[in-house]
Amino acid sequence: MIRFDDVSVRYEGAGRPTLSGVDLTVPEGELVLLVGPSGVGKSTLLGAVSGLVPHFTGGTLTGRVTVDGRDTRTHKPRELADLVGTVGQDPLAHFVTDTVEDELAYGMESLGLAPDVMRRRVEETLDLLGLAGLRDRPIATLSGGQQQRVAIGSVLTPHPRVLVLDEPTSALDPAAAEEVLAVLQRLVHDLGTTVLMAEHRLERVVQYADQVVLLPSPGAAPVMGTPADVMAVSPVHPPVVALGRLADWEPLPLSVRDARRRAAGLRDRLADVAPGAVDGDAPRSAMPEAPLPPPRPTTPEAPLPPPRTAPRRGALARLFGRTPQAVPAPETAPGGTPAARVERLGVRRGRVEALRRVTLTVRAGEAVALMGRNGAGKSTLLGALVGMVEPTSGTVLTGGLPPHRTPPREMVRRVGLVPQEPRDLLYADTVAAECAAADADAGAEPGSCRALVSELLPGVADDTHPRDLSEGQRLALALALVLTARPPLLLLDEPTRGLDYAAKARLVGVLRALAAEGHAIVLATHDVELAAELAHRVVILADGEVVADGPTAEVVVSSPAFAPQTAKILAPQEWLTVSQVRAALGGGA
Amino acid sequence: MTGPTAGRTDTATHRLPAWRAPAATRSNALPAGAWWLWALGLATAASRTTNPLLLGLLVGVAGYVVAARRTDAPWAKSYGMFIRIGLFVIAVRLLFSVFLGSPIPGTHTLFTLPEVPLPDWAKGVRIGGRVTAEQLLFALYDGAKLAALLICVGAANSLANPARLLKSLPGALYEAGVAVVVAMTFAPNMVADVLRLRTARRLRGRPTGGVRAVLQIGLPVLEGALERSVAVAASMDARGYGRTARVPAAVRHTTNVLTLGGLLGVCAGTYGLLAAEGAGYGMPLLAAGLLAAMAGLRLGGARSVRTRYRPDRWEVRAWLVAGSGAAVAAAMIWAQNADPAALQPGFVPLTAPVLPLWPAAAVLLGLLPAVVAPVPPSPTGFEEQV
Repeated sequence: MIRFDDVSVRYEGAGRPTLSGVDLTVPEGELVLLVGPSGVGKSTLLGAVSGLVPHFTGGTLTGRVTVDGRDTRTHKPRELADLVGTVGQDPLAHFVTDTVEDELAYGMESLGLAPDVMRRRVEETLDLLGLAGLRDRPIATLSGGQQQRVAIGSVLTPHPRVLVLDEPTSALDPAAAEEVLAVLQRLVHDLGTTVLMAEHRLERVVQYADQVVLLPSPGAAPVMGTPADVMAVSPVHPPVVALGRLADWEPLPLSVRDARRRAAGLRDRLADVAPGAVDGDAPRSAMPEAPLPPPRPTTPEAPLPPPRTAPRRGALARLFGRTPQAVPAPETAPGGTPAARVERLGVRRGRVEALRRVTLTVRAGEAVALMGRNGAGKSTLLGALVGMVEPTSGTVLTGGLPPHRTPPREMVRRVGLVPQEPRDLLYADTVAAECAAADADAGAEPGSCRALVSELLPGVADDTHPRDLSEGQRLALALALVLTARPPLLLLDEPTRGLDYAAKARLVGVLRALAAEGHAIVLATHDVELAAELAHRVVILADGEVVADGPTAEVVVSSPAFAPQTAKILAPQEWLTVSQVRAALGGGA
Repeated sequence: MTGPTAGRTDTATHRLPAWRAPAATRSNALPAGAWWLWALGLATAASRTTNPLLLGLLVGVAGYVVAARRTDAPWAKSYGMFIRIGLFVIAVRLLFSVFLGSPIPGTHTLFTLPEVPLPDWAKGVRIGGRVTAEQLLFALYDGAKLAALLICVGAANSLANPARLLKSLPGALYEAGVAVVVAMTFAPNMVADVLRLRTARRLRGRPTGGVRAVLQIGLPVLEGALERSVAVAASMDARGYGRTARVPAAVRHTTNVLTLGGLLGVCAGTYGLLAAEGAGYGMPLLAAGLLAAMAGLRLGGARSVRTRYRPDRWEVRAWLVAGSGAAVAAAMIWAQNADPAALQPGFVPLTAPVLPLWPAAAVLLGLLPAVVAPVPPSPTGFEEQV
């Protein structure tokens, strides 16, 4: 259906081609998953299918891309519109009209379909995607999962034979992601649509794929094969695969179901180890996961806490060398001063109660994950902690001060927030200028921000424009800017959106080191694997209320939506991460 | 609702007669054009009178219909804004009258402002001086007329969906219409960006208000808007925007000639109408130009392969709404000829305006949409019994 013949793409001003020597054929009616680390050209490859590369993005494409026999060199994207449906990373940037029904009809109107055909297909698509109740709603008022479904529906109505999706579930909570994937599954099975999609969150999608295309590194030729074969060699893989590789399961399991069937032996082996190893601290002693994990002789199972006064730079530098670093448990004794205290907090927006009677205490050295579906109030709670949102009732004390009444200059020294879109924090046009501004804002001595940037982002030149950084680098820069004022409380809103496994592992390492130094960390996230790796405590919000608050292992293992894959495979034993299992096996052997 | 429940509520509630307005859905939605014709009818009526009682009645009629039939869409909230603009217009008109004087003769001096002496060449201009009750009354009437016009336009603006209005443009203008629709969805996005970036400044320890804040976030906001527009353009292209049908060269040339010739005709005709001489050929030229331009647009539409999804249909209720506006306008024009004194109450000498009975009754015809137009779902969730 889709053929790439020796395709290379080079953008203007880039040193090396983004894609080179790509030869692949996607057969009709398959769900093909495109995987690879950030910046290997996944989006470029997807754009080449719809013709947006190079017709819209510029750059030079050599070789031939054909879709159902139509050459993209001679067919502009609009002439492929009846054949290829494309949904980009941000559904909001995709919408042309303002209501759901009009959006579904837009593509068909452009193609000139007859009115009665359009009406019938809109009704069918509304039912297929479960959007019938939302048909008259303005798109801006929908939730993220609903918007993603509308975006998919809007390209489905012209009945394309190929669907191209760039990270369709990255921004969604686990339940909404399931919704979208179920729809894709149905399209492939019932309608024979060919689906090509890129996704970082492999744990969500890999079991649905018929084939996987791996772009191992920039400019390298793609590897295509069955999911199990490709996952066996892929530098990016979900925890279930990591566990399978660790336990030498053959063939490699891709879903929790497959893994559980084979895990009986592993559970038996761990049954003896677990009670000894998991004494409440072990979940926190997990190592940062390296992208290509070499079997590493592990450190003793009961880790020695490093000195609490470890200098920041040393700790960060060590983590950047990706040395396994044991992190001690925070002092759970209630004697420590709380970094933030929230009591019976209520926030109202118009008639909507965004938060209701939320009570939460965050202590120094503690990492807390806030979870819950899109719109549950996670970002609002972070906003209240930093003073961007004014409480309607109840009290918020951050570092002993009410944040919304304290001047911003005071506040930065007590609390720092990395927002969902790190770009919101960046105003200057070079990294050096950002750093100088951050030093001035925080009243820190000149150069302290730049030192942090060098630690978090080694090898970034002073005159780089923040816009040219990758998603992960931009996050690191924003984190450095926020850390310049050395706030004892650090808040992160959805930090792993768009990060690949390697960037995520680096982030986990950095955050662990910060927690070890006594920073309190609160992160709002949909990423259950991140929460399992990092958080000591998980707080689940639903409709603005706290519905669960407790140690990660307790809260997460019992929940079908929020349990990480390792926990699902090894339940009822309370294992959360692969590295934890690896450490236990290494120690026990 | 499932079967038995639906059946029970059907018999339990009193049965509405068939002529009562149904609940609004996409199928029976009034065309945006009908609302605009209704509002323009009211505005025409307002432009024919300075009687404050009639003007007040017109504004009241428009306001009642808006209150009864507006949705909770964002544009529906603009009505209050238009009322404020109307009041502002009246205030400005009065202030000008007080400070710049007025040629209206009057005997009831209210107060006298110190007059600024002006040089000879500024003859006819006066700053300060005597302020009479007559001149204020005249300014008030005049301002009220303008305000009523604005409020009528505001009513149409809050009742009609602007995107739908643009969708009813002829095919050849469709692409321009899409550009406007996209621009309209951009403005709120940019406002949201500004708010978000302003609060994000707090995270860097900077004050969120002030001129500096606006200057510093200006560039990121523009960059964001630009990026979004490029993304939307890519999405539109990939979804088939701008696909054209092949048309014979002869048709293309005819289209160009008709459109250009038509526009020239319109220009020349308008000049003829406005210039002192040439009223004879102005009107026919204008009409011929308009015809040619319309034919050109229609032919140009053949190039576009687009079809329309569920276009708004002009049905009985739409004609009633548009017709009620036209009726008000027609009645007021007739009344202006029949009884000019009642529509233009005198201010020299000062007299209290009286409410002319028949024009007032005619204005009440404008309330018809509040009865016949489909009822939108109430924003508060309560079913209204209208």
